[in-house]
Amino acid sequence: MESIEALVAHIQVLSSSVDDISHLHNLLKQAEESLQSQASRLAPFLEQLDPSKHSLGYLYILEAYTSAPIQTEQASELTVSIANFINSCLAEQIRLAPDKFTSVCKRFKDQVLLLQAPIQGVGPLRTAVRKLQPSSEQLTALHPDFLQLCLLAKCYKTGLCVLEEDIFEVDQPKDFFLYCYYGGMICIGQKLFRKARELLLNVVTAPMSTTNAIAVEAYKKYILVSLIHNGQYSTTSFPKYTSSVAQRNLKNFSQPYVDLANSYSTGKIVELESCFETNREKFESDNNLGLVKQVVSSLYKRNIQRLTQTYLTLSLQDIANTVQLSTPKEAEMHVLQMIQDGEKFATINQKDGMVIFHEDPEQYKTCEIIEQIDLSMQRMIALSKKLNTVDEFISCDPIYLAKAGRERPRFDFDDFDAVPQKFNM
Amino acid sequence: MEGEDEGPGTMIEDIVSNGVDDKRSKPIFSSEQMDVEAYASLYSGRTKITRLLFIADRCGNQSMQLEALRMAYEEIKKGENSQLFREVVQKIDGRLGPAYGMDQAWVDNVDRRAEQRKEKLENELNSYRTNLIKESIRMGYNDFGDFYYAHGVLGDAFKNYVRTRDYCTTSKHIIQMCLNAILVSIEMGQFTHVTSYVSKAEPTPEALDPVTVAKLRCAAGLAHLEGKKYKHAARKFLETGPELGNNYTEVIAPQDVATYGGLCALASFDRTELKNKVIDNLNFRNFLELVPEIRELINDFYSSRYASCLEYLENLKANLLLDIHLYDHVETLYNQIRHKALIQYTHPFVSVDLHMMASAFKTSVAGLEKELEALITDNQIQARIDSHNKILYARHADQRNATFQRVLQTGSEFDRDVKAMLLRANLLKHECNARAAARKCL
Repeated sequence: MESIEALVAHIQVLSSSVDDISHLHNLLKQAEESLQSQASRLAPFLEQLDPSKHSLGYLYILEAYTSAPIQTEQASELTVSIANFINSCLAEQIRLAPDKFTSVCKRFKDQVLLLQAPIQGVGPLRTAVRKLQPSSEQLTALHPDFLQLCLLAKCYKTGLCVLEEDIFEVDQPKDFFLYCYYGGMICIGQKLFRKARELLLNVVTAPMSTTNAIAVEAYKKYILVSLIHNGQYSTTSFPKYTSSVAQRNLKNFSQPYVDLANSYSTGKIVELESCFETNREKFESDNNLGLVKQVVSSLYKRNIQRLTQTYLTLSLQDIANTVQLSTPKEAEMHVLQMIQDGEKFATINQKDGMVIFHEDPEQYKTCEIIEQIDLSMQRMIALSKKLNTVDEFISCDPIYLAKAGRERPRFDFDDFDAVPQKFNM
Repeated sequence: MEGEDEGPGTMIEDIVSNGVDDKRSKPIFSSEQMDVEAYASLYSGRTKITRLLFIADRCGNQSMQLEALRMAYEEIKKGENSQLFREVVQKIDGRLGPAYGMDQAWVDNVDRRAEQRKEKLENELNSYRTNLIKESIRMGYNDFGDFYYAHGVLGDAFKNYVRTRDYCTTSKHIIQMCLNAILVSIEMGQFTHVTSYVSKAEPTPEALDPVTVAKLRCAAGLAHLEGKKYKHAARKFLETGPELGNNYTEVIAPQDVATYGGLCALASFDRTELKNKVIDNLNFRNFLELVPEIRELINDFYSSRYASCLEYLENLKANLLLDIHLYDHVETLYNQIRHKALIQYTHPFVSVDLHMMASAFKTSVAGLEKELEALITDNQIQARIDSHNKILYARHADQRNATFQRVLQTGSEFDRDVKAMLLRANLLKHECNARAAARKCL
């Protein structure tokens, strides 16, 4: 048991090379208890250390310091100091003690939320996420916290840049659920409905042994986003790979949404609106009211889309009548919106009050489209390679071999021998 | 007739006039009321009574109703069905005078005779059964079946006919049994039995004479018609030979074969089939001669004279609604024929002026637009409507663009699905590891 001063001295000395770091790490682990017990006294020691060089030591002391309750006056300067630490620490040293780093960051987030300034936390946490990830395909425990802060601070774009990386490795299922759920919400905020739908679908179809609340909420939003994006949602069928727990229980918790989807599929505005009104309080209590309103307006768009399948030109009055809008002006607004969003190619002739629908002018003959196709192909090839490596890896996995060996068909006497579980060389 | 639409009345081109030309002699329309007597004379037996009662229930017309009821009464009196007699008397309700009232003496007489006959038949059957003579037992059951049929107890009649099956020795017997069973099933309205008994009777070729073959085809056609399989029904009716003649009047008249076959064919066949199987079919021509309207309307449809074709259909409609087999299919068949006419009209053109088309079909432009919209949405017509100028433009899908779109879409779906799959595999792996770790700790 060393005193804190001795420890600090060690840190300052031993923070230069790799061997020293591991020695230091052991020392720090042994000293953990003493650090914890003297938590409140640790603030001045922090100033003796330089976060950019002595990151590991600084981290341990910081973690012990923050584990004690913090007074509110110190809270703001604490957040500043943690932010500095995060920005300047060395990634390799941090990765030796990932859970300590995670808990520091989580406490940082709590402080920021207490101070009601989530935007202060967005930048530092983004750097933290980058530093903690061993590779860009790995999900860390900090991802969901980062996304949560982005949502609260309404900085959707910063959240998006993290979302754009594809995640393949996951440690904790709960992190994954939260990450996809918050990610979905950010995409909804940016109106990227396709990506939102993918993320929410991942939550709904993830392997679960018991239903959890995140999946239920994600399912509700998934129904709404499917309606906006695809114009349809089949309430009866989940994909095959959804866990049976999810299949049985999710619908029970989200009955008003299922009703909404059913009335949407009839294509009649009146029914949709009445369903909306009856379930209004439930939507509000789930904080989904805005999304549901978007669903209702998307039904108009869907109906206008159908018209464009049959007509080359149509008067605004006819559009208004068929889609059950009240005035041709509203019809014009809707069509204008659709043209601007790039969902439909049309020309509005205001003199006659007619709309002329055009075909998609994309001829697939330009260089850009060829480049796009080429990029897609390369992406596919990379994905296939990845799939192959995962397949090979699993084939060599002992647990898999044991199970496959037990259940394989037996045609011969030789087949009854046990599958070799271990090779003792 | 042509003045009511808003099309330019002066422009009478060939397409517009569509065969309804005042210079030609007026085609034979039977838009006047059905002659109940003539209609009923086509049938015999129980079906005559059922049809007359159906007409009496369905027609809106008092005189026709009374006429039908009167004829039904007379027909029933010739038979032995006291239950039906009571029903008819109730329906007549004294409106036809005392000669058509409740004849209780006749009813009692019939019931008493029925009792006696039943007893006699039972005794005979029992004695045959103890003697174990197959042929006599079969005839005994057959007689029982006939007896019940005459008295209107159809369920028992069917059971008895089916019982003769175990005692049938020759294929002639089997045929007889099947025909009886078919007759009763049609009366009862159970067309699944009809199909099964037709298929039982057909594989015995040596005993099948052309009349029986024709009868079986008609029965099969009726069964398909009831099952809404119009194409199959049409094929069966078209294969019916002219030997049918008046041999099956207890079920169907040859005029009906023409009507049912013609309408079903028109609603479900494409052009080549229509030409080969209907117009060039010599056998069927004999039937079509009996109902010249059907013959005319099929010819009109084939030569694209849609207005006159649809006019014939309208005129026939009232009478067809009074037919017990066809009445609930009339609407569907008519809609299908009309849709086919619309599709066939637009098929050869790149652009069609909706005004001309509307006058060809004798509807308004707005109504036509609605119908075409439904057909386009249903993907039966590949075209688009220019609502401003009221022109229909044919539109052919661009295969190349469609292929590119599909390719890009498949690519992104693959992308998404594989990523999701890898994620799920990863989650499962961690779950397995967590469980393995938990087990090790135990």
